[in-house]
Amino acid sequence: MDASIVNLGHPGHYLHWGFIQLSLANGIVILSMVVVFVAALFLPFRSGKRSGR
Amino acid sequence: MNDSEVRPGQVSLAAAAALPEDADWNGPTIRYDLLKEVVIAIVVVALLTVGLAAIFSSPDETPTTIHQWSTADPGDFLTTALAELNGTSDVASYGQPYNATAGAAQKIGPISLQQIPGVRIPVNTANDFVLAPLAQQAETSPGLQAALSQFKAAPSSQQATWETNFGKALGKGHQTGKGTFTVARADDGPLPTMFASLLAMADSGALDAALTSSPNFYGTDYTKPLLFLADGSFLANRADAQHLSGDQWGMMNETGSYPGQAWLWLYTMWYQVEPFSSSGNADALVWGVMAVLTLLLLLVPFIPGLRDIPRLVPVYRLIWRDHYRRLDRSRAGDPGSDP
Amino acid sequence: MTDLVGSETETTAPPSAPEPGDEAMWTARVRGAAMRTFPPGKLLPDRQPSYVASWIYVFGVLTVAALFMIIASGVLLVWKGPSWWHVSKVGLFINSIHLWSVELFFFFMVIHLWGKFFMAAWRGRRRATWVTGVICFVMSVGAAFTGYISQQNFDAQWIATQAKDGLNSVGIGAFFNVLNFGQMLLWHVLLLPAVVIAFVAFHVLLVRRRGVVHPLAERRRSAMHGISTGPDPTVARDGTLEDVR
Repeated sequence: MDASIVNLGHPGHYLHWGFIQLSLANGIVILSMVVVFVAALFLPFRSGKRSGR
Repeated sequence: MNDSEVRPGQVSLAAAAALPEDADWNGPTIRYDLLKEVVIAIVVVALLTVGLAAIFSSPDETPTTIHQWSTADPGDFLTTALAELNGTSDVASYGQPYNATAGAAQKIGPISLQQIPGVRIPVNTANDFVLAPLAQQAETSPGLQAALSQFKAAPSSQQATWETNFGKALGKGHQTGKGTFTVARADDGPLPTMFASLLAMADSGALDAALTSSPNFYGTDYTKPLLFLADGSFLANRADAQHLSGDQWGMMNETGSYPGQAWLWLYTMWYQVEPFSSSGNADALVWGVMAVLTLLLLLVPFIPGLRDIPRLVPVYRLIWRDHYRRLDRSRAGDPGSDP
Repeated sequence: MTDLVGSETETTAPPSAPEPGDEAMWTARVRGAAMRTFPPGKLLPDRQPSYVASWIYVFGVLTVAALFMIIASGVLLVWKGPSWWHVSKVGLFINSIHLWSVELFFFFMVIHLWGKFFMAAWRGRRRATWVTGVICFVMSVGAAFTGYISQQNFDAQWIATQAKDGLNSVGIGAFFNVLNFGQMLLWHVLLLPAVVIAFVAFHVLLVRRRGVVHPLAERRRSAMHGISTGPDPTVARDGTLEDVR
């Protein structure tokens, strides 16, 4: 079944640090979470969402 | 800078901030359309998931069958089947819930939770994986029927001798093609006939059918064929090639290059370190550790030290920086600040 | 002539108040408790405290939105049965939505957990909110797990044959047979989603009951006030405007 634009069906890449082994995909997910968390803390949030009302 | 409106009956920011933490907030408020927010969130997440699904799809590697196993690695198939017959396989010596093998159950200290339920999913590996499927086949094969009769009639010491000798022969045998294997002659009685039939059943798919089928026509329980597959190396080798083995942090991984289950990082981490990595009780011990840690997470509000970390690592100053700025101005009595 | 059809008598009491003599009825008491705990303005407020001004506050609703997508795609997968996605391109696409919405669900939920932890959001009698949130997380891991082993593919075979060891080692596997596809699919489609949804609903209601947790009181550094971790003792409780209590 090849219904994808980007084929992730090939063997993955793995990152190794000492005893830790992490798949690249999971690494991207975790990194994204940290980035999004930090961004959420720093990005300004204009209270009241100024679109009128 | 801010558009909070103070409405009649509300108090100043400074006064509201001085309230006990469980009091209803009666300080300045802002308009916040919750239902609009929910709808926007659903639209955003729907677009994200549909986009990710369209771009990356999802993995669907076809299942491993006994047919694939026996044709690709008949030696391993036969060795595993022999272990099922002579009771030395992992499943045969597993303990509860499959059988009552003494000393097999895992423990946490002196306590063996594994034993408590008893044998609730009985599996007799010799019968379930070898003798019963062969008995089905034997209905149309007199030679096989004779071999089975000979095996069942023999005393257990004779069976053990045959099994040992056949095992040695297997160890010295070799694969001769897809699903075929040659062993030298040995004092192994009816076993070559029996196992040749079993291999032929496996190669033809008949053993998959025999193990996945139910005596009641309808079946949804795959305990037997999965336990048999898991006892051999073929399934495990396929998993290892996909980086799914336990010692590869495989619990977190998905087949191919897909993201997997990153949230299982802590559960699988314990298996990589001592004393768990070399313990026969690793599973039970890791469950014990994770149960304790989960309880700690659940009870954070009640645990001094743990519940004080937010004050010590002041991420909150970022979250509420606008609030603190306004509060300072409010306390300073700045006429330009909000009340 | 008396009006035999139940009618509102002229009264100043709100319609939800029990009639005299009915107060001890279970229905009346439950309704009264519900109305006191969740007056409509609290259940669906138009306003939030002015300190709700950070993007970190959106991750709870994003998690719920992802759960909505999981359920919607899950319903479509149920509709066509467990084999559909293996044989149909549309089925595979719906399965992909189901998988990616699960990834996003955990993505948002864990960020929400990080945010709530650093806000010490259990303060002010909100411990039950924290506890129910952790239960949501743990039950979601279980629900996802039963999903993975219901896939009827190689991944499901491997995960089930591996997971059985952990569950068996603590006696759970005897009752929860991960190799039994029928049992696992039913847990995945009915029992575990019901528990997750129930706890998510309970969790959200608790947030509405207490409101969003107040900001941590900052430690004052000025020599005049000394170090304080509580509400500022120098601020008069009457504020600068009329204080209606």
